[in-house]
Amino acid sequence: MEYMQREKISYRKAIYRALDRVLGSDEKVVFMGEDISEYGGAFGVSADLYRRYPSRVISTPISEGSVAGAAVGLSMTGYRVIVEIMFMDFITLAMDQIINHAANIHYMYGGQVSCPIVIRAPAGGYRGYGPSHSKTLEGLFLGIPGLKIVAPSTVQDAWGALISAIYDNNPVLFIEHKLLYNMEGEIDLDYKIGPIGRARIAREGADVTVVSHSYGTHLSMRAAQELSAQGIEAEVIDLVSLKPLDIGAVAASVEKTGRLVTVEEGDLSGGVGAEVVSRVVEDCLPYIDGRIVRVGKPDVPIPASIMAESRVLPGVDDIVDAAKRTLSWE
Amino acid sequence: MRQKIKPVEAALAAAGALNVVEMYKKALTIRYFEEKVDWLFGRGKLGGTTHLCIGQEAVPVGVASALRADDYMVSTHRGHGHLIAKGGEPARIFAELLGKSEGYCKGRGGTQHLCVMGLNFLGTNGITGGGIPIATGAGLSIKLSGDDRVAVCFFGEGASNQGTFHESLNMASVWKLPVVYVCENNMYAMSTRFARISASDDVAARAGAYGIEAAIVDGMDALKVAELAGKVVGRVRAGGGPALIEAKTYRFCGHSKSDPRTYRTREEEEMWKGKDPIKRLAAAAAEFIPGSEIEGIKRGVLAMIEDAYDAAEKGSDSSTDAALDGVYAKREDIVPQGNIQSA
Repeated sequence: MEYMQREKISYRKAIYRALDRVLGSDEKVVFMGEDISEYGGAFGVSADLYRRYPSRVISTPISEGSVAGAAVGLSMTGYRVIVEIMFMDFITLAMDQIINHAANIHYMYGGQVSCPIVIRAPAGGYRGYGPSHSKTLEGLFLGIPGLKIVAPSTVQDAWGALISAIYDNNPVLFIEHKLLYNMEGEIDLDYKIGPIGRARIAREGADVTVVSHSYGTHLSMRAAQELSAQGIEAEVIDLVSLKPLDIGAVAASVEKTGRLVTVEEGDLSGGVGAEVVSRVVEDCLPYIDGRIVRVGKPDVPIPASIMAESRVLPGVDDIVDAAKRTLSWE
Repeated sequence: MRQKIKPVEAALAAAGALNVVEMYKKALTIRYFEEKVDWLFGRGKLGGTTHLCIGQEAVPVGVASALRADDYMVSTHRGHGHLIAKGGEPARIFAELLGKSEGYCKGRGGTQHLCVMGLNFLGTNGITGGGIPIATGAGLSIKLSGDDRVAVCFFGEGASNQGTFHESLNMASVWKLPVVYVCENNMYAMSTRFARISASDDVAARAGAYGIEAAIVDGMDALKVAELAGKVVGRVRAGGGPALIEAKTYRFCGHSKSDPRTYRTREEEEMWKGKDPIKRLAAAAAEFIPGSEIEGIKRGVLAMIEDAYDAAEKGSDSSTDAALDGVYAKREDIVPQGNIQSA
């Protein structure tokens, strides 16, 4: 299908188009997941792809572990595979195949073969879905060598990063925040698709560096606007890729601002912020000029009640407060 | 240059003897390889652990006799025999166990992560039941490619209590995948007797729930395994959908290198040793070749295993510097079939 060169489309549509482009250009690409045929995918991403590529868009039984394992078998024998995990919470059922197999295989088999698999995982809360349908679990995967993790926040990056992930010869966890699906943005098909691993400066500022990814980037941008009204200019860095982590981009910003806030929706313990802060402290301690603050979810499950959930998940105010706290050592 | 077939070999081939003699050689190779590994562990020459298949040789040898070189095979933690049956070279397997760079996986995988892509051998597997969905995916790959290969999936009876077993059999049946699931039922999941932890007497019975045809065979008799595998693989190759073979077998040794075998009696072990698959194959081969030749084969295989070990031991130790490399495949490292070149 031919698309317009530049167009305003939704995040959902950008992912659909990336899938369409790759499925349409290569017979050796397979897309698997639950309810991705007539139903069109739980979040409507796959839409009519099953009709256009009937043999390679495969609606599976509810068997995440073996679907991930089948993706390993397919990828070892010459296919590139995209697996949709309906809610990121369900990825726990596929952990063995992702961690012990897909991520290990290139190294442990001495480089004979690798597993080009993209695991697409709709993540995140703020929707009142409760503890098993709201999580962002990227923190669990940061310590898995052999795996890459991307969590784009813009329409353009969703399209570009998904194509990059599919072309990558390694397993890639691709995180899609559910609140981003309806967000619209401009897409340019000529956008230069680089390898996974670059952060993006979403907003420049001299006073404090705010590092985030996925939906957190949008919360951070709103916080930056409020801070600006109060005379504080935040530099917002959208990591895009969590593994590899573009610590160079973060360090360059912190060396300029001397202050750091990390923002994530996942648990603070062992999370993205914990990793970013550790590496910044290791690399740029002499430049730090104020308290470092991590914004994220305290270590509690996500309650179903919308009111309780909003108490637990980070909001714009939390980021504004955090940024102000970095301005001193108090 | 065309090879001349000696009249005597031609006659043997016609009688099906060559196959029997080849199977005997293969089974003996596995037995002597495993005995050497056991000996090496006893002397502290190997690190980590190992799981030997002494006593179970008839299953890989019998199943492999029905396979083509381009068929896929997925193995288990007890996988040296599967790889040898698929054509793995003992010297390179020894090298892998010794952590040498010449090992199939450069010494990074070791005994439970032995993969040989050149033989379509998709790996031994350290996770019980971990290989079952991988073999299922290989079957899906074959189906999508539209050719007539099969994927063979070895697993133990213990793995039939894993979710992946049930999920995979269901998927393979729904999608009619060309996968032959081969259960090596050696009665003990590590130390736990199958009857004690399983609601069905046989693994084969479980296949019925997924509409998969299953058969039970004497896993101590390579010829019976070969006969059944020939039929089953033929049917799967012809597009008949997945199948399951349950081979009743027994490991003569412990589960791993440090197993006192307190969970079973010496009498039971002696009873099963009376069914030694190597002795049975030797007897079958003796129908076709003289006893002196049987002795010659034994000496030849033993010498080959010793030579293989000596060659492996002389290899280079996998460099500690390289231990940090190769975690990720580069874009140009591996170009799987159909790799898309650009967006």
